[in-house]
Amino acid sequence: MNEKNLIPFNGTEVQEKELMEVIAAHRDQDGGLMPILQKAQGIYGYLPIEVQTMIADGLGISLSEVYGVATFYSQFSLTPKGEHRISVCLGTACYVKGSDKILEAVESKLGIKSGECTPDGKFSIDSCRCVGACGLAPVMLVDEDVYGKLTPDQVDGILKSYLDK
Amino acid sequence: MTIAELNKIRDEYHDLVKVRKIVAEEGAKLAEKTGYRKQILVCGGTGCTSSGSKKVLEALESELKKQGLDKEVLVVRTGCFGLCALGPIMIVYPEGVFYAQATPEGVVRVVDEHIKNGNVCKDLLYKETVHEDGSINPLSQTAFYKKQKRIALRNCGVIDPENINEYIATEGYQALNKVLTEMSQDDVVQCLLDSGLRGRGGAGFPTGKKWMFAKGAPGDVKYVACNADEGDPGAFMDRSILEGDPHSVIEAMTIAGHTIGANKGFIYVRAEYPVAVQRLEIALGQAREYGLLGKNILGSGFDFDIEIRLGAGAFVCGEETALMTSIEGHRGEPRPRPPFPAIKGLFGKPTLLNNVETYANIAQIIRKGADWYASMGTATSKGTKVFALGGKITNVGLVEVPMGTTLREIIEEIGGGIPNGKKFKAAQTGGPSGGCIPAQHLDTPIDYESLGAIGSMMGSGGLIVMDEDNCMVDVAKFYLNFTVDESCGKCTPCRIGTKRLCEYLEKITEGKGTMEDLEKIEELSNHMKSSSLCALGQSAPNPVLSTLNYFKDEYIEHIQNKHCPAGVCKSLLSYEIIADKCKGCTLCARNCPVKAISGTVKNPHVIDQDKCIKCGVCMSNCKFNAIVRK
Repeated sequence: MNEKNLIPFNGTEVQEKELMEVIAAHRDQDGGLMPILQKAQGIYGYLPIEVQTMIADGLGISLSEVYGVATFYSQFSLTPKGEHRISVCLGTACYVKGSDKILEAVESKLGIKSGECTPDGKFSIDSCRCVGACGLAPVMLVDEDVYGKLTPDQVDGILKSYLDK
Repeated sequence: MTIAELNKIRDEYHDLVKVRKIVAEEGAKLAEKTGYRKQILVCGGTGCTSSGSKKVLEALESELKKQGLDKEVLVVRTGCFGLCALGPIMIVYPEGVFYAQATPEGVVRVVDEHIKNGNVCKDLLYKETVHEDGSINPLSQTAFYKKQKRIALRNCGVIDPENINEYIATEGYQALNKVLTEMSQDDVVQCLLDSGLRGRGGAGFPTGKKWMFAKGAPGDVKYVACNADEGDPGAFMDRSILEGDPHSVIEAMTIAGHTIGANKGFIYVRAEYPVAVQRLEIALGQAREYGLLGKNILGSGFDFDIEIRLGAGAFVCGEETALMTSIEGHRGEPRPRPPFPAIKGLFGKPTLLNNVETYANIAQIIRKGADWYASMGTATSKGTKVFALGGKITNVGLVEVPMGTTLREIIEEIGGGIPNGKKFKAAQTGGPSGGCIPAQHLDTPIDYESLGAIGSMMGSGGLIVMDEDNCMVDVAKFYLNFTVDESCGKCTPCRIGTKRLCEYLEKITEGKGTMEDLEKIEELSNHMKSSSLCALGQSAPNPVLSTLNYFKDEYIEHIQNKHCPAGVCKSLLSYEIIADKCKGCTLCARNCPVKAISGTVKNPHVIDQDKCIKCGVCMSNCKFNAIVRK
């Protein structure tokens, strides 16, 4: 088993109470599972098996159904993400302008691959398919900040600026 | 709200918005009437926000306040103007001058010199709008805007999307009133049929027919849905419409609800578009407050409301049946058709599903008539189409042109051609489902049929331009990687076919391909096209087949000579140090991430080819041009 999956679940009572309110609000809605998963990920940052179990129990559906939906969509993550989430756009407009080299630069700088999190939990890297800022290609997001018209040599400076945040 | 109240708001806000459409003296006269001497429009679309328009807006508002001008100058945050590459964008009316790449510092100057003292800061304007003699060209006369015809985008970059009154001022919700009071349901369907409008999501199915089927389907409960899951990477027209003119979609969906007999609508929008979602929520709230959504709309007795559902990052959910499965809260897998959604759609009920851009045309067709719309375009494709221009092109952004405009006009005239003096190689339309169009077909007039005839498709409107530095085998591999990731896995031809196709392409880009592989690629592609469950699998081979058709030489060069002509495919490249040019500065050796470069100070260095990962860091660091890529 992957070591990253062994990070123990440490949800708080406050989080659980919040999740229960979300479940109650969407319980009777047609197709309410997706909005619940989205909000649950907002509460916990990811969707560990413990959270999926609470949702399954709360809705009275099987865990496999929850797991099936949670693993189908790329937005949902079953493992924790870094304190700062890096997302390099690999959409077409960014790709033809060399965003693969941006991703390589980030990966080599942090010593992890896309989809992974640094051991200190500071950064995680993901790739995404188009944030719609094609005018600025190639584009990278760190948390909510968009960096456009990037070259690989700018990556180091950008990452450093987050180390103290 | 009654129609009289609606008209009152329209008349009250009419001049304020009109100032943004007429410029110079006439606009100035009108501006005096509105109480605002000047209006400053700042783009608040995703592109400009990413390039810092929020800071520009804050600086502008605080400077105006500081100078005591905030009562006579109106600041409006609009949606996308289209010229995303030049963001943040700012336009000042009634002059209609266009400031490009605005900065907080520049804004302070504009307020001081232009707004206060009447001297336009010409050095900060978009350079295409300033003549050599110093006179200023209106924006509508620049190469980028001159050939455009903005219908779906008519309000984007013009109105404040968070203010329903400004939408009403542009005849907003008048089409809804017309449908509720003057037209029968059949009239609406007939009007759409006559207009020739076809689905803008990609497939191009006649919209009127879709409405007719949904209207005719038996059932007490029906739904209207809007596909805003714009998944084609590089396409952002739907996002811009939602961000710039959300009420146009809400009005059209309400019209659709009345026409087919539905009381509830869903908008399925990508979670990756937070700004669009936020503006939609604001717009829905305002429409409800005005009674333009909810019970007894405009006193007609018709009830309708709309709910937003967020996607979660699955490309296949742009397919209509998968989208509905996703709204229902399941894995977004497509289902076989028939039954078509018009008969059995969301929650098993008859459902009318249209794309954002399609809806954005509806209210105007109802107001101005089918003949007006049908007068634009080609024999089979009427009206206009929005394209998202991206890739190796000067004016990256959003353009709307009449159907029948040629690719050359879009790329060379509106798009301003290829930057850095590079040579055009191909234009890609239709995203992962489309194909690459080579130079010899640039004069093809764009419509659904002609793009299909040259091996591509209209798709949702992404148009990515590639130059001589792009390898077409690599581009095909890029798209296949995408479809491998995004195939939902339900049907075998797509799940396994995309993976196998991708493996062939990997083999070729690594220099291990054979000529026989090219035949196998075609055979496999044809199987996938004929036997995949949904359009994702059926069209996934298109990027491969079209590049193989038009750029076969490049494939053969990779296979027979183990050479990538564009210098992209890493396995076929090598970096070498020219001993005569190397000064032995050691910079390359120090920067090499895998320590593949050896040598002593002031002596020529050498790259160990076995260790080299071909990242190119050495070449970009070398100050003496001593490193070459072969």
